[in-house]
Amino acid sequence: MATLSIALTGNPNTGKSTIFNELTGARQKIGNWPGVTVDKKFGYVQHNGRAISIVDLPGTYSVNARSPEEKIVIDYLHEAKPDLVVDVIDSSNLERNLFLTVQLLEQGIPLLIDFNMADEAKKHGIHVNLRMIEQMLGMPVVTTVGRRAKSIRGLLDVFTSTIMANYRPGEMIQKHLETIEELRVSGQDAAVIEEKMIACRYALIDEIVAKAVTREKTGWSLADKLDGILANGFLALPLLLAIIYAVFEVTFTWIGQPMADTLDDIMGDVVTPWAADALASLGVVPWLQDLVVKGVIGGVGSVLTFVPLIFTLFFCLSFLDGTGYMARVAFVMDPIMRRAGLSGKGVMPLIMGFGCGVPAIMGARALDSEKDRMISILITPFLTCGAKLPIMALFAAMFFPEHAADVVFAMYIVGIVIAIVMAKVLNVTTFRDQTSTFLLELPPYRLPDMKTVLLETWDKGKGYLVKAGTIIFAMSVLIWFLSNYNMAGPTEEMSESFLASIGSAMSALFAFHGFATWEAGAAIVTGILAKESVVATMGILYGAADISTEAGDAMETASQLVGTMGASFTMMSALAFMVFTQLYTPCVTALGTIKKETGRWKWVAFAAGYTFAAAWVVSLVVYQAGRLLGY
Amino acid sequence: MTLKEGKTGMKLRIQSLADSPLKERLLTMGLLPGTVVEILRSAPLGDPMTLSVRSYNLALRRADAANIEVTAVQ
Repeated sequence: MATLSIALTGNPNTGKSTIFNELTGARQKIGNWPGVTVDKKFGYVQHNGRAISIVDLPGTYSVNARSPEEKIVIDYLHEAKPDLVVDVIDSSNLERNLFLTVQLLEQGIPLLIDFNMADEAKKHGIHVNLRMIEQMLGMPVVTTVGRRAKSIRGLLDVFTSTIMANYRPGEMIQKHLETIEELRVSGQDAAVIEEKMIACRYALIDEIVAKAVTREKTGWSLADKLDGILANGFLALPLLLAIIYAVFEVTFTWIGQPMADTLDDIMGDVVTPWAADALASLGVVPWLQDLVVKGVIGGVGSVLTFVPLIFTLFFCLSFLDGTGYMARVAFVMDPIMRRAGLSGKGVMPLIMGFGCGVPAIMGARALDSEKDRMISILITPFLTCGAKLPIMALFAAMFFPEHAADVVFAMYIVGIVIAIVMAKVLNVTTFRDQTSTFLLELPPYRLPDMKTVLLETWDKGKGYLVKAGTIIFAMSVLIWFLSNYNMAGPTEEMSESFLASIGSAMSALFAFHGFATWEAGAAIVTGILAKESVVATMGILYGAADISTEAGDAMETASQLVGTMGASFTMMSALAFMVFTQLYTPCVTALGTIKKETGRWKWVAFAAGYTFAAAWVVSLVVYQAGRLLGY
Repeated sequence: MTLKEGKTGMKLRIQSLADSPLKERLLTMGLLPGTVVEILRSAPLGDPMTLSVRSYNLALRRADAANIEVTAVQ
């Protein structure tokens, strides 16, 4: 028998993804819909001897084809013509959910309607007469309970036994279709027709709900009580800060960093010596030994140690998202973000930017206006990502030993301030003709489904592993080659290598910044390839015995470097260098992500260029102002 | 009056929506002339506001609420 193809549709926050994850589990794949950066999730299951393929379409409130998501849904349903289209509905929020249902029926798409969250509806005193709805719509109706696996697995029986050809739209729907058709050919203004159609749909929904739904009065719901504290009142902002602080604590202090340290120790104490011994005993030529041990293991290893951090951060953020709290963060922060011309929905992607710019740029997808998305993407590179932190920690420890923490904190602030200023500038220049909007559903608070949280964490974190395996691998080989060769072939003296030539060419740009040395220039160039490389490059060039990219080891590294580096940097030029690396061109991985998300090389060039220019100016001002003040 | 001037706890019936880039989305989300909404709360800094509409909660900015004409419901 042929594969049975199923498509899941529905509003956001209906538990659709949980159903998809429960049905397909780890046998799901995530790709991209052609031409856009919306995730395409699909998976396969076997049930009663039947092969079933399931596609999880993006959650949408309507199918007016205004947004990329809506276009994907409607195009897919018309072109792929799945055997069965499941419309997942939140039973406690029928009216708005049925809007999509009615619109899909208008398009002639037969639906299996799944009233999900049936338990929540009951708790809210909402009773739905399912048989009556089935009769009125003329389509099969089932119920599921979001987090109960057994109830969701039951859907598979429904899939294999339902024959959609047996269903015809009910009398009410037929009549509605006629009205819609009359409107369509009425020759009125398109916008007026659209408005009248929307009114017709809600009139039909009101009629259905009046007949099939009864409501008992219940007291304040949990969401109302929690929102009284978390989204309203004087505690909302302090609680928001406390929750963000807790996420960073978990990531950097409790779980992520200790795991990263352990991994770093394993790489340094076990893997590196083992690989060196193994290669030596196999009689591999010395240059290849050097390339593998110093170049590849050193480079890829330094990125691998960040993996636990990234996974922990994503886990926390996915978990919070699953609870419904993220919508409240956007709600509370909106007035503050709007001052910079952004929307409250932009807070979370930007917070991620302190971990890594790549997911932050990807996270900007959640923003609903093009303007918000673009500005958010373009200012993310100014923030202090996890890979810039070691640079700051190293320089602060070396040149400002008394005030190291304050200086690092000041660098975070410099990044934030420049990001806000640039958002404001972009807002009144490049994007002045576009408006920022904010319309957001505040879903009920729910206990997140662990399977969904873990799968999301894995999907996002996987990108990091791929990065370590591909780009960083290539970069490490390249840097190793550049620092060990010149036009004449291999060289023992790094100051005569390709890297030195590139570095000294670069340093010409920094004649008035106080750090016009080839070493600094080389570090800046490698930093465009990966920010992790800045400290590693400095370490190699200034000859530290053991360079670690770990923030915690900065003091140790600093003490080894202080003699050599202290000679090439003054306090002021070190500060200028920190400011520059804090702000300049993001790494190639981030630039690649910008290409993927904006689809235009123009924006990649802009992002690379304007950050460099901003960094150059701010760093120059810092250095020259410091000199004028007599430092 | 407009929805923007509404106070927390008020029940209001929508009269009309002025033209704005958000109009069609507001209609799609169920804010139609005749729909009754209740103002649940405002964010700590006074903006945006949360409405209860058609058994769900929706947040919107006061600037956008100014485009929605309403009357009080007893």
